[in-house]
Amino acid sequence: MAAFGSFCLLIALALAAYNLLAGAIALRLLATGQPTRISPERLADTARRAGIAGFIAVTGAAFALIWSVFTNDFSITYILEHSNRALPIPYKFAALWSGQEGSLLLWAWLLGTYGFVLRLRHKTDVKLYAYAGTILSGVQVFFLSVLVFAAPPFSLLPGYVAGGPVPADGNGLNPLLQYPEMVIHPPMLYLGYVGFSVPFAFALGALMMRYPGEKWIKITRTWTMVTWLFLTCGIFLGMHWAYAVLGWGGYWGWDPVENASFMPWLTGTAFLHSVMMQERKGMMKSWNVWLIFSTFLLTLLGTLLTRAGLVSSVHAFAQSSIGTWFVVFMCIVLAVCIFTYVLQRSHLKTEHQLESLVSRESSFLFNNLMLLTACFVILWGTLFPVLSEYVEGSKVTVGAPFYNAVAVPIGLFLLFLTGVGPLLPWRSTSMKAIKRNFVMPSIALWVTVIVCFVAGANPWKGGTFDQGRFYAMVAFAMSAAVFTAIVAEFLRGAAVIMRQTGRNLFAALWLLTRRNTRRYGGYLVHIGVVIVVVGLAGAAFNKNIESEMGLHSKISIGPYTLEQVGASQDSNLNYDSDYALLDVYKGGKKVFQLAPEKRIYLVSGQPQTMVAIHSTPEWDLYVVYEGANPDTGQPIIKAFLNPLVGWIWFGLAVIVAGTFIALVPSLTPATAALRIPATQSTPIEPALKGGA
Amino acid sequence: MGAPARFAFWMRAVEASVLAVAICFSLGATDASARFNNLGHRLMCTCGCAQLLGECNHVGCPESGHELKELTAAIASGLSDQQILDGFAAKYGATVLAAPPTKGFDLVAWIAPFAVFAAALMGTILLIRRWGGLRGKKPAVETGELVALDTAEQERMERIRRETGEGGF
Repeated sequence: MAAFGSFCLLIALALAAYNLLAGAIALRLLATGQPTRISPERLADTARRAGIAGFIAVTGAAFALIWSVFTNDFSITYILEHSNRALPIPYKFAALWSGQEGSLLLWAWLLGTYGFVLRLRHKTDVKLYAYAGTILSGVQVFFLSVLVFAAPPFSLLPGYVAGGPVPADGNGLNPLLQYPEMVIHPPMLYLGYVGFSVPFAFALGALMMRYPGEKWIKITRTWTMVTWLFLTCGIFLGMHWAYAVLGWGGYWGWDPVENASFMPWLTGTAFLHSVMMQERKGMMKSWNVWLIFSTFLLTLLGTLLTRAGLVSSVHAFAQSSIGTWFVVFMCIVLAVCIFTYVLQRSHLKTEHQLESLVSRESSFLFNNLMLLTACFVILWGTLFPVLSEYVEGSKVTVGAPFYNAVAVPIGLFLLFLTGVGPLLPWRSTSMKAIKRNFVMPSIALWVTVIVCFVAGANPWKGGTFDQGRFYAMVAFAMSAAVFTAIVAEFLRGAAVIMRQTGRNLFAALWLLTRRNTRRYGGYLVHIGVVIVVVGLAGAAFNKNIESEMGLHSKISIGPYTLEQVGASQDSNLNYDSDYALLDVYKGGKKVFQLAPEKRIYLVSGQPQTMVAIHSTPEWDLYVVYEGANPDTGQPIIKAFLNPLVGWIWFGLAVIVAGTFIALVPSLTPATAALRIPATQSTPIEPALKGGA
Repeated sequence: MGAPARFAFWMRAVEASVLAVAICFSLGATDASARFNNLGHRLMCTCGCAQLLGECNHVGCPESGHELKELTAAIASGLSDQQILDGFAAKYGATVLAAPPTKGFDLVAWIAPFAVFAAALMGTILLIRRWGGLRGKKPAVETGELVALDTAEQERMERIRRETGEGGF
């Protein structure tokens, strides 16, 4: 199977190279119009078919690796290092992305899959799709080259000959990865990373061919939103994994690898917003092109950080010397982008001008400014230790205090824009409209501040000022204002429909959303963001307690009292585990039992905590069994009371729902008859176009 | 209230808000447990776990236990926060600090984000000026794009816009 996998990779590389070369020649011939013996259209079609065949070849390679994991083929170095016989079946799949070679193969396979779908849909716009397909094949050539020459996943054990002895068992999967979310978190993240190759390819292709109009943006809109959704889910699943597995009570540690996934998300989010300026007003064309170029480059940087050991990270599960390959490729991509932009920048002239500082357009500008500043801050913080070491010869740590001081205020301002943006109309607005739209959110803001003070969630803790609690209070107040602003938008629209159709509120809201799914789906995403922010702000009020607990000894945290009622042990082929059994009382009454666990994986001998979490909308009771005191043999328990954490995961669900709604085509408006026919040029037509 | 008076009022309001926030921030943590918690989150555990000292949860961690004891002792001895941080940095190296120090080249780490933000903000304002946003809006008729609509008509247009707007927010 190793030979079959390697052969598939070689074939895939040859097909991708053919796709790139034949596609480039065909598009050049089409652009110059030179007469040739071969029809450029036919040549381009052979390139497209090679891309489809390449997908089948990469699929064959991925299948070969999975098959090798399941058949415990320990003659393959990768399988020996990342699997073992007792590994549960779902984690056998996870072995594909648990190491560097496998994750690069996953990247190549996902890129092949995206390319396959793109090439099947080529009739939408044959020429643009040919450009995009050729650019994607260029990216594929890079990844397959790395897989074939630098990080081959099917390399055999040194000195191994066919039929010779192989190790009886493998080294097993990293215990940190043996958690259900690890089966879906990396693929989600990679679907997001790889997915941004598609809008990148369309943007670069459209620029190369001087594609007329903004149709390429409409074509890539679905691709971009789906990709963004995958990346969002990937990031949140990673947060939940960190929360449930690492056992430190938090979900985000500003680790370089976490940052690497967050940066393309920020630029991708900026792109999703600013692209509307181009669709509506023909503005920010250069900006959008560079946003998507940057997003793609940041996905490569993320992979570089994760896989090449450029910066140290607890998440970098595999490190090697492929960094040089990535740096060279990123330089090539950047050079191609700059060259194409300089050559074709006259095609990107802005068509309209901004009419007012207080308008939807300017809110998008500021939104982009803040998102890009946040991206820079994170990039700067991630790479500064490397820079500091280069300049001063010694490393420094850039950890949570730096990001909390710099990135949190930016995040709060972004939250503010999340609420303000939808309240501002396109083009310009009046003071009267501003007053009308901002009264209720302002009231909500100040009421929340008062409630925070009354409820004790104020910035003063024990008589001293606490910056974290101050930010939390601002976040709560701002969230209330933004939530009110968005809900008011829904209600205003629904009220019109209720008046016109006599429907009830819920039916009117449903119809309103279906009439403009993109707009109201987007609002729902904003509500999801608000819910997430509330959940994040809850961290300012975390409590924890650590204690060695003998039988029937008790600890209290918040409203809960935990009593140790026993310990237990379990064992299977993969790991041994120790449990502490804790009865949890609230108001003197037993409400549930928790069993935090500590595992020792047999093959690797590595320990792993399995946190016990009891979630309510108010807080999470999060209990870690840290192990037994070697002197007394008694379990050491650390309990956290983490307020509002559940809101983060609920917010993700709302974001997912909102994105799905935004992806659904809108219904034809019932009031379409009120539209002025497009051919009839009247003074009010622009107002209609600029509407919503 | 005239425009200058209104401007002066808002300026005073902004000044008062800034002053209030500055006073709040300057209060800082003072009691020992708050200082312990604060400093524990400004130092890293040196065992290689990449966690903050105050959050390191490894059972049998060879470093965090005695580092926390040193921190408790340093607070009890009456040293200032900066002296404690400097002491840890001298003993364990600069990587024990969870954020770059605000001196020498490392000060760049703190300045750059704000400098970039200021530059980007300036760029955005210049861009808006270039696009005409701050030069005052031309009369709608002059632009040839819109005619002035009366209030009722604007309301009607707003309603139509809400119900028929396609795509985008």
